[in-house]
Amino acid sequence: MKSLKKRELHSNAFLVAVSAMVLGLIAGAILMASIGSNPFTGFWYLFRGSLMNIERVGNTLATATTLMLVGLSVAFAFKTGLFNIGASGQMLVGGLCATIVAHKVFLPRPFFLAVLIGSALAGGALWGVIPGFLKAKFNVHEVVATIMMNWIAYWSVYYFVPAYLKGPSLETESASIAVSQSLRNEWLTNLFNGSYMNLGFFVAIISVILIKFILDKTTLGFSLKAVGANRFCAEYAGIKVNRNVVISMMIAGGLAGLAGLSFYTGYSRNMQIGVMPSQGFDGIAVALLGASNPLGVFFSALFFGILQSGKGFMNAMTKVPPEIADTIIAVIIYFTATSVLFKRFWDAAFRRRNKRINPQEDSVEMTPEKEGK
Amino acid sequence: MWNTLVSIFPYAIAYTIPMLMTSLGGLYSERSGVTNLGLEGLMLVGYFASAITIKMTEATLGINALPVGLLVGVAAGAIFSLLHAFASINLRADQVISGTAINMLAAALTVYLARTISGSGNVRIMMGIIRKNVPFLSKIPIIGPLFFSQSYWTTWVCLIIWALSWILLYKTSFGLRLRACGEHPSAVASAGINVHKMRYFGVTMSGALAGLGGSVILITYSGEFNGTVAGLGFLSIAALIFGQWKPLGILGATFFFGIATTIANVSQVIPSLQVIPPVFFKIFPYVATLLALVLFSKNSAAPKAIGEPF
Repeated sequence: MKSLKKRELHSNAFLVAVSAMVLGLIAGAILMASIGSNPFTGFWYLFRGSLMNIERVGNTLATATTLMLVGLSVAFAFKTGLFNIGASGQMLVGGLCATIVAHKVFLPRPFFLAVLIGSALAGGALWGVIPGFLKAKFNVHEVVATIMMNWIAYWSVYYFVPAYLKGPSLETESASIAVSQSLRNEWLTNLFNGSYMNLGFFVAIISVILIKFILDKTTLGFSLKAVGANRFCAEYAGIKVNRNVVISMMIAGGLAGLAGLSFYTGYSRNMQIGVMPSQGFDGIAVALLGASNPLGVFFSALFFGILQSGKGFMNAMTKVPPEIADTIIAVIIYFTATSVLFKRFWDAAFRRRNKRINPQEDSVEMTPEKEGK
Repeated sequence: MWNTLVSIFPYAIAYTIPMLMTSLGGLYSERSGVTNLGLEGLMLVGYFASAITIKMTEATLGINALPVGLLVGVAAGAIFSLLHAFASINLRADQVISGTAINMLAAALTVYLARTISGSGNVRIMMGIIRKNVPFLSKIPIIGPLFFSQSYWTTWVCLIIWALSWILLYKTSFGLRLRACGEHPSAVASAGINVHKMRYFGVTMSGALAGLGGSVILITYSGEFNGTVAGLGFLSIAALIFGQWKPLGILGATFFFGIATTIANVSQVIPSLQVIPPVFFKIFPYVATLLALVLFSKNSAAPKAIGEPF
């Protein structure tokens, strides 16, 4: 067996993701320093704000739930070679359907939960399947179509909520959903000391497992990935490309709809109008950092959940504005988009190192990568 | 009806101009072959930069602070767009992801800075442009009251920029080369022209014009930086598509969308429009764009090499 030192090293997705993450955090530190705050104190309060007691951990998990589902949605579409930038709109429509159900449908708890989840799934799937259909049938680029769908959803919610779901006091948000009609659960709320933690977390975990199963173990998953890898090759092999595009967008939309469910009926328990949910875009970061892998999405959603959930506490304890978390996420997306930089950097670094260790070999031998993510 | 029209037209034009500039920026970028979904963010950067500049200089410069703020907004948009240019031209990054990153970065960074500088996320300026009737032209019947009354001077500057851009893109050899970079970059390269430089020009122009669009929002109808341009950047992308990537097309499309948005905003106070729910006017631009995409899907006017790194 070769010792670790003698191994040839190559850059891989994990290393590139970690590099982007570290650079994002460094950029955040520089920004904090530039306004005269100590970055170490800033990050200390950021992480304390999301992890210091059981209630805050619950809030972090609830924040991560939404990100996980959106990330899963974006990642699933990525696998089929589609870019679902419309998760925000799908979240809005899924959330709107669920909110309507929460206000109007009264059933025994298990049936009610099934209807609630089903309505969000259906709403999101509808909003995803339209761009999918336009792509398959008319070759309309899904990025443009989903952006248009986002704003159609935004304005529909903007006028629908005040007209039909208005709260007693405010014009700009829906009436609060009763706890018994929401995803909150007494047992969970008590366990996490009254946090926002809700059943959506389990919906997300089940979705991660289910999506991993679909992608790795079923014919559907195989054909979806084949279309993503090379649609012409897939077509030649007899896979119905267009049908797969529609199915992929439908599932991606459904997942984003579930994210809307977890956010609007679990986390906030009402819908504000005039807000494009930023989680729809954070989900792109989650998917990219997780290398579009369900397990990777799970962990990167937890990481972004920590960032998003601790920012309020940090803002209260230091002078650093809460937008630092969003800035860090944006920088991470930018660096994953430009990941070729890190690939070059690490490959060059490894080549030097490999040469130093095995000067006679011409570093062509392939070795299994250490972290196979 | 006539009175309604006369009263909403100046608003429709005020709404159209920022979109027109941003859309024109998108035209430069996409014609040179680089998709730019970051227009919303670039607008926001211009919006923010001009707000800060005007707030800091209005005490000393007086009314001259407005053009200074406009120029700073243009410069800020251009500089910020270099991030997108570097990623998509030199590093061959996915342009959609890079554009999305630009949007998110602009949204977070501008509010971050605004909070640090002014305490709250908003930056309010004291002055704005005073609307004026254009001499002589506003006296022409019909056209006068509709187009030349109660107008901002920035409107005319922007229309001149639009006209000059048309000439640059369609009547000069430089424009031909720029457009060719979006259709067939290797042919342009084989003619000895630096495709990367042309694309850098395209993307930087898009940043500058989107920055201008954002600054115009500030000094005409908004008067305050509030951390969002409410989807106007995306609406500009819709106008670019609906206008089929042509200068006259985007002029028509942005004006069309501008009128729709204005009607939606005022429909509740004008009795003759109350029968139609405002939501229809608000979603109309997006639905129209989707329909246009479907209708033109067979022979799309989109630049052929768009989004492909060279």
